[in-house]
Amino acid sequence: MSAPHVQTPANGTPALDVARLREDFPVLHQQVNGKPLVYLDNAATAQKPAAVIEAISRYYREDNSNVHRGVHTLSERATAAYEGARETLREFLNAASTKEIIFTRGTTEAINLVAQAWGRANLGPGDEVLITHMEHHSNIVPWQLVCEQTGATLRVAPINARGEVEMDEFERLLGERTKLVAVGHVSNALGTINPVARMIELAHAHDALALVDGAQAMPHMAVDVRALGADFYALSGHKMFGPTGIGVLYGCEALLAAMPPWQGGGDMIKAVSFDGTVYSDLPYKFEAGTPHIAGAIGLAAAVDYLAGVGREAIAAYEADLLAYTEARLGEIEGLRLIGTAENKAAVASFVLDGVHAHDLGTIVDHHGVAIRAGHHCAMPVMEFFGVAATARASLAFYNTREEIDALVAALHEAREIFG
Amino acid sequence: MDLKDLYQDIIVDHNRSPRNFRRIDHATRMAQGYNPLCGDKLVIYITLADGVIEDVSFQGEGCAISTASASLMTEMLKGKTEAEAAALFDNMHQLLTEDNHGVDVAELGKLAALEGVRAYPTRVKCATLCWHTLQAALEEADEPVTTE
Repeated sequence: MSAPHVQTPANGTPALDVARLREDFPVLHQQVNGKPLVYLDNAATAQKPAAVIEAISRYYREDNSNVHRGVHTLSERATAAYEGARETLREFLNAASTKEIIFTRGTTEAINLVAQAWGRANLGPGDEVLITHMEHHSNIVPWQLVCEQTGATLRVAPINARGEVEMDEFERLLGERTKLVAVGHVSNALGTINPVARMIELAHAHDALALVDGAQAMPHMAVDVRALGADFYALSGHKMFGPTGIGVLYGCEALLAAMPPWQGGGDMIKAVSFDGTVYSDLPYKFEAGTPHIAGAIGLAAAVDYLAGVGREAIAAYEADLLAYTEARLGEIEGLRLIGTAENKAAVASFVLDGVHAHDLGTIVDHHGVAIRAGHHCAMPVMEFFGVAATARASLAFYNTREEIDALVAALHEAREIFG
Repeated sequence: MDLKDLYQDIIVDHNRSPRNFRRIDHATRMAQGYNPLCGDKLVIYITLADGVIEDVSFQGEGCAISTASASLMTEMLKGKTEAEAAALFDNMHQLLTEDNHGVDVAELGKLAALEGVRAYPTRVKCATLCWHTLQAALEEADEPVTTE
């Protein structure tokens, strides 16, 4: 690891040396439509530091081999790197054991794994799964599917006009029928940080399990799954500066051990015969087939990188940048922020009177500014706020005030075009 | 490419004040269009008599390209036969999707203002949604049209 990119703390809060950090991200240094790229679509996918790109490249150049099989040197190296990545993730999440770290394709697959492996074995008619109105489709549809398959019922905790879960209603919806609570840590569409520790506590008080969709929390904050008390925690590598196609399901060992396998194949078995098959121990029971070895290695490199930058410094910097962003956006006539929770991650979703989000997306792209326009895979959220789509600027620690100024200038042009 | 080539005055104008933006109560043909990627939705109403489009209108919500395209389309279609409308659909489809199209742009009148959309692949579906929906209405399709 390089030295931490932190300047001398003058006022007690360590400040990031963002100019230096930006040097770590090759993709940021380019022109788009003749203007310097301003990448504000981090909630869709974050950019990758050279350390991640190099870790993946080095694996393919030097160590590429299949894991857990060969007795040859490369296979041993690949296995050591892959299992080393699992240990890095265990430490990062403060899980008790590497048996609790299942590599998946991403958050979506991790949630589907729990819905299918745990849900089909444990849900039945009369049982309930509780989610919230602000969930991403990936934390809605897997539960709809398993409810259809098992006869269980999906309940939805409402949100308020700021985009926060109505905690009284959430608590009221919990009952003896509730078998599982599935909630996003941070809303991708609104930026809301949910009080997941409290929600997990309430779920447990009603003998329900709790799954947290952590896809959007990972790039912004440190997460300790044991301190949270989460039974399951799902994350995606690519949202946290790692590669696409890799994610993690953290699951409490006792629960994972009791769950039947989800997908069958190589690596998840001890012995196969036509009379019956003996499954592997954790975590391999849930990793059928050759895994995304390079992805796991790249994700571990991203974790190391984040640790080097400093999670607290990132959080402090982003809080300041979000405040600046919301203040600057507030200067634009007819602009309305969608999602004004008291506790927010660095996401600013908004609509502009008379200009559709997709037109905004195209216009700001002309200024080199990348934002997301659409329903953000959270159509119930759009419906709640009575909009078809929003524009969304989602920030990372490598974004700057100057970049926010570029966004605001581009939005002013949109205003001018549409008069 | 200049933004003004995409958002020409006529498009901005038709977005702000869409023409024929109303329901036809006794429409003889009707179809719904939906773009699941962006959420654009529209309904096309047609009054068809002896193979001629006597009246055509639309309602819905979408971006400027989608709204202006539908507005310009309804203006253009009044008085056209079904066959003429189908030919216009083909021309617009070529204009919006093919760099080497053989369409005589001068013949398209105001619809030519949409030509700039071709340079924005992600926005082409915004402009074609109304045309696909029109086709469905004329063919009396039962299923709503989607761009996917």
